[in-house]
Parts: sequence; C-alpha cells; structure tokens
Amino acid sequence: MATTTPTHSAAKGRAPRGAAPARRRPRGLGGSRGRTLNFWLFTGPFLIGLIVFVYVPIGWSLWLSLHNAQGTVTPTEFVGLGNYADMLGDGDFVDSLVNFTIFAAIIVPITYALSLTLALLVHRIRFMKAFFRSVFFLPTACSFVVASLVWKMSLFNGLRYGMMNTVLGWFGIDSVAWLASPHPPWYWLVICSARLWLQCGFYMILFLAALQNIPRELYEAAAVDGAKSGWQTFRHITLPQLRATSVAVVLLLLIAAYQAFDEFYNILDEGRATWGRPPLVDLYLQALGANQDYGHASAGALILALLIALVTLAQGRFLGFGRGDEK
Amino acid sequence: MSNISRGRDWDRRGVLRAMGGVAALGGLAACGSNTGRSGGGGKSIKQMYHAYGEQGTQQAAKKFADAYGKAKVTIEWVPGEYESKLATTLLGSGAPDVFEYHPDLQLVRSRQIVPLDDIIADVKDDFLPEDITANSVDGKIYGIRMIDDPQFFFYRKSLFEKAGVKPPATFDELIDAAHKLTSGKVKGLYIGQNLKTISKPLVWSTGPHYLDADHRIAYHTDNLVETLTKARELYKSKSLLLGAPTEVWDPASFLQGLCAIQWCGIWAIPAIQKAFGDDFGIFPFPKSGAEGRQVVYNGGWSTYVSAKAKDVDAAKEFVKWLWIDQKKYQQEWALDYGFHIPARKSIAAGADKLKSGVAAEAVELFNTHGVFDDPYWTEGMFNILLDAVVNSVRDNKNPEAELDSADKKIERALKKLG
Repeated sequence: MATTTPTHSAAKGRAPRGAAPARRRPRGLGGSRGRTLNFWLFTGPFLIGLIVFVYVPIGWSLWLSLHNAQGTVTPTEFVGLGNYADMLGDGDFVDSLVNFTIFAAIIVPITYALSLTLALLVHRIRFMKAFFRSVFFLPTACSFVVASLVWKMSLFNGLRYGMMNTVLGWFGIDSVAWLASPHPPWYWLVICSARLWLQCGFYMILFLAALQNIPRELYEAAAVDGAKSGWQTFRHITLPQLRATSVAVVLLLLIAAYQAFDEFYNILDEGRATWGRPPLVDLYLQALGANQDYGHASAGALILALLIALVTLAQGRFLGFGRGDEK
Repeated sequence: MSNISRGRDWDRRGVLRAMGGVAALGGLAACGSNTGRSGGGGKSIKQMYHAYGEQGTQQAAKKFADAYGKAKVTIEWVPGEYESKLATTLLGSGAPDVFEYHPDLQLVRSRQIVPLDDIIADVKDDFLPEDITANSVDGKIYGIRMIDDPQFFFYRKSLFEKAGVKPPATFDELIDAAHKLTSGKVKGLYIGQNLKTISKPLVWSTGPHYLDADHRIAYHTDNLVETLTKARELYKSKSLLLGAPTEVWDPASFLQGLCAIQWCGIWAIPAIQKAFGDDFGIFPFPKSGAEGRQVVYNGGWSTYVSAKAKDVDAAKEFVKWLWIDQKKYQQEWALDYGFHIPARKSIAAGADKLKSGVAAEAVELFNTHGVFDDPYWTEGMFNILLDAVVNSVRDNKNPEAELDSADKKIERALKKLG
C-alpha cells in the first residue's frame, strides 16, 4: 500500500503475519478522510446515545449528590459531601449492601454450578438436543416482573391453596407464609429459585457454546494417556478449557446480582419488607418513591457505581478477565 | 507493527472500551433521571387518578373530563403504586396538571402545588373543617377534598356468635378475639401483609397523632413500644392471616372466608353486603393502653393543581368546575361506584345510601372516632416510621431501638422542611 499516512501504516501493521501481500480492497470512500468519516458514521450514534443517556445523567447525579435535592432535580443548596456521609452512616443503605453480598454469595455459585450442569447434560445428550436447549433457554425470555408475580401469587402463595403449600399439605405439613417474615428466611428460597429459573438457561447457552469449542482431540489424547472419562476428564480438561467463559459468567452474574431489583421489589411487598432490600431498591425508595430525595439517592448511586468498579477491577486482576486475547 | 500505529489503535479502542465500561456502570447504578419539562401550548389539561377498584370509576372520570367545555382534559389512570409514580412524574415532562393525592408538606415546600384559596373561598364552609385543616399549610389551602373514606374493621357476626366473642374495644381484646376466632381454615384476623395501611391506626390507637401542635414528634411513647411488642406476639401467633395475595384495601380475603375480621374501608360495604347480607358488622381500631383511643382512619383523596401545569389558571378553573361546581358529578363519584362519604356537607346530607344499615354506622364512626391526615407529616416521614413498625412487628427487632432510629431521621426531615 503506497501511502505515508499513519492511518494506513496502522492498517498495514495489523495485517496477519505471514499473509500474502494484501490485495487492494475496493472502497466507497477512499483515503484517511473516508476512514475517519466511516469511523464517526458507525460510532457517532452510539456515542451520542452514550453521552445523552449515560454521561449527562451521571454528571447530573454527581451534581445532585452534592446538593440538597429533595423534591427537585435542579437544586441550589450546596451541601458538599454531606449526602455521602449520610448514606454511609445510614443503616438502611449499608444493610442493603450487606443484603446484596449475601444474595451474590448464594446466587452466583449456584447459578454457575446449575448452568454448567445443564450445559454438560444437554451437550452429552444424544437425542432431542435442540428441544432441551430451547426448553432450558425459554425462561430467559420471561419478564422478571411476570415471573416474580407468578412466584409470589401462585407458587409461593402463603395461603393453603398456593402450589408449594398444596404440596406440603399432601404430607400433612401446615401452610407456610413464605414472605411474611424473615424468621425463618424463606424469602431467599423464593427469590433465588425465581432468579435461577430465569437466568440459568442463558448461562447454559454460554457454557454450551464453550463446550462445543473444546477440541475432541484433547479428550482422545487424554483417553490414550489413560485418563478416565467422567470427573477426571471434567476436572483436568473440560473445566480448564472453560476458564475464559467461566470468568465471564462469574463477572456477568456478579453484575446481574448488583442489578437485582425487579424480583426483590415485586416479591417483597414493593420494597416494604425491610429485610430484603438490595441497593437499587433502597435507592429507588429514596429517590423515586414519595421521598423524592435525589441528593441522597444520587450519592448512594455513585457509591454503588464505585463499588461495582472496584469489584470488577479486583476480579479482572485476580481472574485475569480480558487478558486471554493478549497471551 | 509500528509504535505509532499500535498507539493509535489502542487509543481508539481504549477510549471506546473505557466509555463503554463507564456506561455500563452508569446503567448498573441506575443514575438515570428525567430532566425537565417541555413546554406545551393550548388549552389541554392532564388529570391523574390512582386506579380505583370499583367498576365504572374510570369511565365516570372520563365522562366528567369529556363534559368540560373549556379545555381538552385527558385522564391518566394509574394502577399499582400511585404515590411513587406520581412523585416521580411530578418532576418530569409527563407531569399532570391536576392530580389526586393526600395532603403533604413536601409538595408545598418543593413548590410542586399551588394554593387554591381563591376557588374554594366561597364554599369553604361546605367542607368539614378537618378536611380543610388537613389540606392547609401555613394558612393556605392547597387541596380540595374529593371524598372521605373512613377505614375500620369488618367482622362476621355469625362467627363472633359461634365463638362467643364481642366486638373488641381494646387491643388486648382484639388479640384475644383473633385467637378465639381462628379455627381450621379460617384465621381470626387480617391486617394486611405489608402493614402500610394498618400502621396508622395502630400508632394512633396509643393516643397521640404523629406530631403535636408544634409539629414535633408525639408518637414515640412507652405505650407505642408496648403496643408494638404485643403486635409482634400477634404476628407470630397462628391467628393472623398471612400471605394473602392482596392487601387490605381489597376485601377479597374477607369475602373468601379466609378470616373472621379484616381491616378495610367504607368503599367495600356494597360488595360485602352482596356476599354476606346482614351477617357482618364494623368496629373501629380498638384503643391500646390506658391513654389510647378508638380510631377510624379518615382516608380519602383530595385534588391538587401542579405548579408546573402548562396553564395553572386553566387547571384551577377545571378543578373548580369539577370539584366545586358540579355537585351532581361529585355525588355520582362518591356514591354510585362503591361507597365514599361526599366531602361536601350539602351533598353528604342528601346521601340516602349512607343513611341506613352498616353504611350509616360507618358515617357515625367517621364522625365519632375519625382521625385525619396531618399535612406536616410527609409521605417520607410515614415511610420511615413504617419501617420501624415493620422491623418491630415482622422482623422481631427491638421496638424502642427502632423508634429511636426513626426519631432521628424524622427530626432531620422536619428540620429540613422547616
């Protein structure tokens, strides 16, 4: 390519090693200006959306978090870091972070294990593979709100005619008001089972794709070397080969746990059950409920964003997420 | 690969990746917000109602709106958590011009509603003084009462007779009645799952209102601590209906025979009468402790004009037309779709449906034991105290400590609102 522009040098530099001399590709818009135009043409709408719908609100939240913004989104009374101090000293918000930690500690490993198990089963099955793949994936298409209401009003209805209570009744066990009180904490069973049903199928598909990418030769070589099929092969071949997918799944699960809102809000009395409020429900009640306290809620949202960033960075550091391509 | 090209490559990717990352964080932290109100012209008015449960109410609201000749009135009918949706909507571009709500100091201090003294002045004496006071802040009237909805306990007379129980006059008697009336598949008492509705009469039955005349905390008494402790014991017993799919505003649990006593309101009388004939009665929330009092919560709805209305005067004119001039519509709204007490004395006086049977008893309870909302007690303060009640009763936490914690937050809120 006879050109001296750095852009073209870059294009040349990215050509695969050992490849034949690149053929000149026809281009609608030639030269660096054309490439620049293409770049902005494709990224422009995304960037505009990003700025308008994400960066402006984040900036606005930062501004609100430094003001007394009760009942207004255009406050005038500057309070410095007071809202941040209030939120960190507020038992409810700190409790909600603890709730999230408990929720994540339960839901992440269980979803991971269940998705992987489903993927292994569907991967090995010899008949109706497409059917089972679809059946397990289908719940992903269901709304969290709809599923929450079905769980609350039908499956785990506290009355005697709720499905679970009907089953318990067959064995002569009294009805259980699953969501009435946190003692015993039956609400975790309701919330976690709803979430597992909703998201296991999605992560199963991710694992399934990864399983299909493991070369058969590895298993054949292991068999020749005397490895037994089953746990030994799974432990030493399948699991290491799934490392990149596993790291991504754990990261996605953690983020999804941080995002938990719909099922907690809908299953636990529109956020009125004080013991099961994840951070977003607490912030929702602060800002978007009748309280209208956008200052404190924005401070809480930014603390939460910072926490997510720290957790993501720490996870990247320990598990090596994103480094796979460079090795 | 030259250093220059590598550097440029990573710059561009790096920037996009970083932006995407921050974007994801932003989404995760739910920092989004609606950013103001676009202007609009013409005589159009947007009116917001919560979704009334009675059949025909939505059509009636639309009929009233269509009948107004001076502007095009559109109705927004909001199911679910009305208070939260309204609070959020009031700040955005979809804010209603006219809406129904409860008296709340927060709306006044945030300058979200306008005074309506000029349109109510001529008929002020036709409203109950308590309804006027409940809608007044700093001497100005901000809301016009549409309907009064007293709330009390409904009970099955036949079940009471069978168990040898009389309508309880004290909280201890109520707990005792709940135990005695529980048998087989019928629970003695239903006070709701989230305690949102029952928390008001529960607190007021101990004696004081939330705040005293000087707008200082009055609810926190030893009697309330003791009452919450008793309520916890009741909650733990097998005598309370728990896990019902609808809250106490809906008489479904009572109608399905799941409980012998249920907290509900005057609006449910027609449905209950239809199901049980004369086999039901009502009684107020019994008094708790020596300093306590019997309580009927005088709920209801008032109408307000948004300070951000496209044309505040046009919105006020519509409110005057519907809720002051159109007595026929006001009567229809109160009496034709479930029972409510008309806010206007002159209409209530002619409400024949409320002059006999249980409905007449309800009006009597409203007049003798009725407690009205305090506009200086905001929805935010209510939620703080509700959390303390929920923690004490449902979560077995120490009521004294919970009330102490609520006191601090509420005092901060009171100070902020002035």
